[in-house]
Amino acid sequence: MSGDIILDVEGLTMRFGGVVAVNDLSLTAERRKITALIGPNGAGKTTVFNCITGFYKPTSGAMRLTHDNGRAIQLERLNDFRISKQAKVARTFQNIRLFPGMTALENLMVAQHNALMLASGLTFLGLIGAPSYRAAEKHAIDQAKRWLDRIGLLERADDAAGNLAYGDQRRLEIARAMCTEPALLCLDEPAAGLNARESSALSELLLSIRGEGTSILLIEHDMSVVMEISDHIVVMDYGVKIAEGAPQAVRDDPKVVAAYLGADEEEAIAVMESSP
Amino acid sequence: MTVASTDLTQASRREAVAFILKKALISALVALVLFSLMIGIRTEAGPTGQLIYWTRFDDLATIVAIVFGGSIVVELLRQWWGPVSTVTVIPPSVQSALGLARRAIAPVLLTFTFLVPVIFYDQRYILDLGILVLTYVMLGWGLNVVVGLAGLLDLGYVAFYAVGAYSYALLSTNFGLSFWVCLPLAGILAAFWGVLLGFPVLRLRGDYLAIVTLAFGEIIRLVIINWQSLTGGPNGVSGIPRPSFFGIPLTPGEDGLAAKLGIEFSPTHRIVFLFYVILALALLTNWVTIRLRRLPIGRAWEALREDEVACRALGINTTTTKLTAFATGAMFGGIAGAFFATRQGFISPESFTFQESALVLAIVVLGGMGSQLGVALAALTLIGGFELFRGLDQYRMLVFGMAMVLLMIWRPRGLIGHRAPTVFLRKNTTISSELAREGRG
Amino acid sequence: MDYFAQQLINGVVLGSIYGLIAIGYTMVYGIVGMINFAHGDIFMIGGFIALITFLILVSLGLTAVPLILLIVLLVSMAITALYGWTVERIAYRPLRHSFRLAPMLSAIGMSFVLINYSQISQGARVKPVPPIITGGYTLFDRDGFVVRLSNAQIIVVVATIVLLAIFTWLVSRTRLGRDMRACEQDQTMAALLGVDVDRTISMTFVIGAALAAVAGMMYLLYYGLVDFFMGFVAGIKAFTAAVLGGIGSLPGAMLGGLLIGLIETMWSAYFSVEYKDVAAFSILIVVLIFLPTGLLGRPEVEKV
Repeated sequence: MSGDIILDVEGLTMRFGGVVAVNDLSLTAERRKITALIGPNGAGKTTVFNCITGFYKPTSGAMRLTHDNGRAIQLERLNDFRISKQAKVARTFQNIRLFPGMTALENLMVAQHNALMLASGLTFLGLIGAPSYRAAEKHAIDQAKRWLDRIGLLERADDAAGNLAYGDQRRLEIARAMCTEPALLCLDEPAAGLNARESSALSELLLSIRGEGTSILLIEHDMSVVMEISDHIVVMDYGVKIAEGAPQAVRDDPKVVAAYLGADEEEAIAVMESSP
Repeated sequence: MTVASTDLTQASRREAVAFILKKALISALVALVLFSLMIGIRTEAGPTGQLIYWTRFDDLATIVAIVFGGSIVVELLRQWWGPVSTVTVIPPSVQSALGLARRAIAPVLLTFTFLVPVIFYDQRYILDLGILVLTYVMLGWGLNVVVGLAGLLDLGYVAFYAVGAYSYALLSTNFGLSFWVCLPLAGILAAFWGVLLGFPVLRLRGDYLAIVTLAFGEIIRLVIINWQSLTGGPNGVSGIPRPSFFGIPLTPGEDGLAAKLGIEFSPTHRIVFLFYVILALALLTNWVTIRLRRLPIGRAWEALREDEVACRALGINTTTTKLTAFATGAMFGGIAGAFFATRQGFISPESFTFQESALVLAIVVLGGMGSQLGVALAALTLIGGFELFRGLDQYRMLVFGMAMVLLMIWRPRGLIGHRAPTVFLRKNTTISSELAREGRG
Repeated sequence: MDYFAQQLINGVVLGSIYGLIAIGYTMVYGIVGMINFAHGDIFMIGGFIALITFLILVSLGLTAVPLILLIVLLVSMAITALYGWTVERIAYRPLRHSFRLAPMLSAIGMSFVLINYSQISQGARVKPVPPIITGGYTLFDRDGFVVRLSNAQIIVVVATIVLLAIFTWLVSRTRLGRDMRACEQDQTMAALLGVDVDRTISMTFVIGAALAAVAGMMYLLYYGLVDFFMGFVAGIKAFTAAVLGGIGSLPGAMLGGLLIGLIETMWSAYFSVEYKDVAAFSILIVVLIFLPTGLLGRPEVEKV
């Protein structure tokens, strides 16, 4: 594991009453790389996400996010909206959470809220129509247009987000997260429900996002996407990390196969050795 | 048509008739039991203080008969119109005509409103009604920011109305400050209360938020009633000064406006003046709201209503967003309250009951939350409707209650069924309100 | 000390009445997730029905107090239960799948309807009734202050305990109770398993209304008057009790009721009578902010 680390999670534990959803998990995500978090259902992956992105307060553990300029932020000390605003961590959701009654364009404008609020002088400059605000607003619209074009929804910019097709909604959610100009993009099952063509379009999009310098952490079940784009994979089961490494190594790891098959390790090895 | 199918239709028609009759009979029976004691018997405190009663069986019979007949009518209508949520197909020519009408309503209505004092100059009653309607329009637009845009269910809006009214009343009677000075002060004080109210309820959702705001409203009213030394208690505050025309009083004397303009004095002048003041205040509310909607804060309000969790994930400080919504809505409520105080000359806690909050909320919901025009039309309908029932206070509220129930069943999204986007690239299409969420608080 | 003891007794009695109403709120919130705004007014209707029934019985010449009480209880429970059923059928059932605001606004509308209905049908004046149950027991008599436990108070508490017992048996041992608990957890699944969800929900409202009717009758016995507005304030206080005890929890509703009754009585006795309602409403706000799941409720984790 060489290279510059953007996210360093150490000893993360999340307990809900008597249930330990995540148990002493440690993982690192490299800068400008795609790290995938995989594992069977119920392994605790979304819980880890929710801890990283500030929706749950972890029972214990440390999560350090290091920006390009070297500044480090302890995520477990931030909560809520500050994770996105200050730590520059953006996320998408397992069940798409767009603003359905607002247009695609408006969704992307909301994402640029903080920048625009500043430019509008906490609304007052905006209220009087100051030119500095109008310039900022135009810039925001242009940025939104660029993203809409990139995900192929420029034609549908003025349509309600709730009216878009499922695959379009997924891409819009990613674009919206990107409009906050994050350092780390966390995606929760972005390929869920997508067909093969849409999945490969998604892979392309994520690769190009990585190419532009954003680090990605993703939860995904679709192995073709995971194998194609990940630089590093972390595997969880029952709240603990059971394997990690490069995609090929993880794919061939008997522990991982066992976890997914619901079998135990010896059986998995036997199955793997018997197949050509 | 074969004989068999005629038989079928006849048989099914008999069945339908039997079904309707059965339903009506059950309704009538239920009505009989429900109303037997409450309507059939009438109690009252007798001359010597003890309770006496007399019977009203003829009233009971009438009501049961009405229920029976009414239920037959409702069933027939239901069968004819189809279930509540069926979509009727409107031909495109009608659609475009409707679209034109829709765009024309607002300017036409506005022009008409400006001309009301001119057209109805001699009819004091209409002018007073106009002032009343405009006051509720302003209240509706103010509450719209909280409920319609931000999706925060506020059942205690009357509290800000009261704060504004009492602020002006007490400041003017105790310190002699003029209306124009007190107006922004009332707004600021009310906004301050809005923030104070907002803080505790930030994490509450939906129904709980509603009940707590209701409790706040009631607390304010009870404090006003009981803090006699400050607010005059149940007797209220009287002798509240009327507004001047920017310093020139509207009185019959030498220094009055009429004298200055060289025209004959008439008490109608003040009414007309008040009419244009509230119109200006309401239009100010409208303008500010429309502008705010297009600014990041307004968009954040609507995003909050759509999905609060997503807002947080986008780095939006939902706490300050909610507080600004409360404060802005409260400010407009307070300003309306100050106007109310000056218009009446006298205020008492009786004017600030939960009923008022419910009425303003009904206006916002009926108008189709978030729609400015809808709220205005709803205020016109409801307040106008209320006026028709003048003198029959209890029946008024009864009908209002039933109207709320029916409205929720028939058109929960209000009169205007769409939302206008605040920014668009090419086409300004409206979004059906089926898509827009109503907010979970 | 004796003064305190008397307030304690009074508080428990008042609390029992609030508790009976609170059960209705908590049951309905548990099963359909809505605050039945009109429930307090159902309590008021119950009080009126009890009043009228009582009047008729007395004027028909009946004098045996236990018999009168029994008949009044049954009649008022039955008729008020029908009111509860009707309100659910007309104002809530059509809105079950509508958006969240709709049932609440409909409930507010229904509340106005009930309040004005009784105001119109029975006149706006408060209706006083001569004490039906008189007499009681002197518990302590020292230093000139008499601590009394009146028969009316005994009846209220005993009736509450009996009803609670019946009701707890109903919820935990009968089929209906099981259906109610199933619907509370997962309506769709319950329906798939053959539970008649509509009927179960209706029965929940019916039972809640019946208990509110008892509360109304107890109120009439204890305070000797009913008025058309008593449901509004009592409703909010009973809802506070339900939240304080933990919404969705039945023992919680009763516990909350007792606490609110005690707090209100103590506040009036030791601080000020005028602001007692403010005290009760403030408790609601404080509980919802600091202890939203109440004393006996379970904390909820928000799922993202």
